[in-house]
Amino acid sequence: MKHKGLKAFLYLLPAILFLGVFMVYPLVDVIIYSFEEGYNSASQTFFGVGFYNYSYILHDPYFLQALKNTFIIVIITVPVSTLLSLIISLGLSSIKPLRKLFQTIYFLPYVTNTLAVGLVFMILFKKTAYTDGLVNAVIKLFGAQAIDFIDGPYWAKMFVMCFYTVWVVLPFKILILTSALASVKDDYYKAAKLDGTPRFRVFTHITLPMISPMIFYLVITGFIGAFKAYSDEVAIFGTDLNAAGMNTVVGYIYDMLYGDSGGYPSYASAAAVVLFIIVFTITVINLMISRKKVFY
Amino acid sequence: MTVNQAYKKPKDKGKASKIVFNTLIYTMLAVWALIVLFPFYWMLLSSVKSYAAYSVEYIPKFFTLSPTLKNYADAFTAVPLGRYFGNTVIFTLLTTALMLVVTTLAAYAFARIDFKGKNVVFSLFLALMMIPNELVIITNFVTVTDLNLRNTFAGLILPSVASIFYIYLLKENFEQIPDELYRAAKIDGTTDFGYLMKVMIPVCRPTLITIVILKIIECWNSYVWPRLITDNEAYYLVSNGIQEIRENGFGRENIPAMMAAVVVISLPLIILFLIFRNKIMEGVSRGGTKG
Repeated sequence: MKHKGLKAFLYLLPAILFLGVFMVYPLVDVIIYSFEEGYNSASQTFFGVGFYNYSYILHDPYFLQALKNTFIIVIITVPVSTLLSLIISLGLSSIKPLRKLFQTIYFLPYVTNTLAVGLVFMILFKKTAYTDGLVNAVIKLFGAQAIDFIDGPYWAKMFVMCFYTVWVVLPFKILILTSALASVKDDYYKAAKLDGTPRFRVFTHITLPMISPMIFYLVITGFIGAFKAYSDEVAIFGTDLNAAGMNTVVGYIYDMLYGDSGGYPSYASAAAVVLFIIVFTITVINLMISRKKVFY
Repeated sequence: MTVNQAYKKPKDKGKASKIVFNTLIYTMLAVWALIVLFPFYWMLLSSVKSYAAYSVEYIPKFFTLSPTLKNYADAFTAVPLGRYFGNTVIFTLLTTALMLVVTTLAAYAFARIDFKGKNVVFSLFLALMMIPNELVIITNFVTVTDLNLRNTFAGLILPSVASIFYIYLLKENFEQIPDELYRAAKIDGTTDFGYLMKVMIPVCRPTLITIVILKIIECWNSYVWPRLITDNEAYYLVSNGIQEIRENGFGRENIPAMMAAVVVISLPLIILFLIFRNKIMEGVSRGGTKG
């Protein structure tokens, strides 16, 4: 028995080492950091313990802006992407010819580098001195004014942001929902057909309840993912997100840590802990709702 | 007779409505396919337009009659795209290789060895899966800086080696191998390690391939950690490289050359996807997340 324990330990050692150094220790450390006041990263000293870091970030206009942006992105993209992926998956599962082709195309954004493709979106939406860009050309076709989506009004920027986010997250959701729809037993549909149940009733009474666990899974992971929005923002607006007014909470954490505005690991830690608390709370609420509403 | 009529009537009505219904569905699916594909088309198109032609198009054209490959040459000569590319390949290969070793050993311990406290340790591993990267990255940044590993491959690679989800996936697969095989191998005098190498790994090759591909995608697209840990261009990966190109590369106006760089960066994964389509989609639906 003892021999076995030692052997298991040796096999597990690399994993334990990596996880210990880069996950367990940092987890404890980040909480300590967040309470150390006036931490100086050069001399590694601090002069107090308390909630100052939290109070600082909660009064920092950049943090509040980042929090607001993140919440708007979450509130818009999670329902839109979930609903859109549901509609598309339903469409996909009701056809036979060309289905594989569509599935392949829809999955493409998942395997692309979001930083790189974000540039294409920027170019499509951007308005410069020598061109209005493609999207504006279309808008003008309908007789409206051209808008600068990248350096222009807040909601124009937010629109591009949410549009790109939905474009990026949809492949995963479509994939999950199409496989969920495929796993609903045909017997139910056959029974409904025999009874002459209308299509819509079949959807609300058979399909929806059967795939509801997967929808909730997508809503939960969608919330978590959207709260961590960052790279997609950088892809479209560049690294200086504060200047663009499009920073997110995660972006704020990295700005505090590194770069021109960096060197404040304590503020970064406090922001990270706040983010974690928000995400954790929302996940718990989601789980509580799903326990009441989801049919297993 | 009445029965026949009752059957026939809704069927005819159903046929007409089915055609309308199908047309609607195909239209909707095609529209979304266009929205997905259009950015790819646009980057390819822009990348073969000459700079001179591109700059005079006040309203962008949907095609070009004089495609050029000059932008691709520029992408590799005017900015160090080749180096970014090479760095990313090295980073991806080393990280994936190390991850594979660590994952296989850990999965073996959980699947094959009965040691005290196994369930507790495994539960702890699973609990760690819930820790968001954003929470630990701050200390990791400080750790790697203190170890003087900034702007090195070691600093880039080490924090992304251990992936609990892959350990979990492989452990599940290892456990499906029947015990009889193990006993037979024991009788033949095979050591435990020999059994792992000669039996378990070959049997579980499909899962291992899935894990490797998912990790490659993850590595190729990683942005945040490399950005924090490298400020020397010699160690930039493609994601950071493309940001650098955007901000200081060809000059902001040379969009065609920028698009050529974007095509070069996107191509490897798209090719990988087209080859391993089923494996990737199956692997992702088993537990990949994004979004």
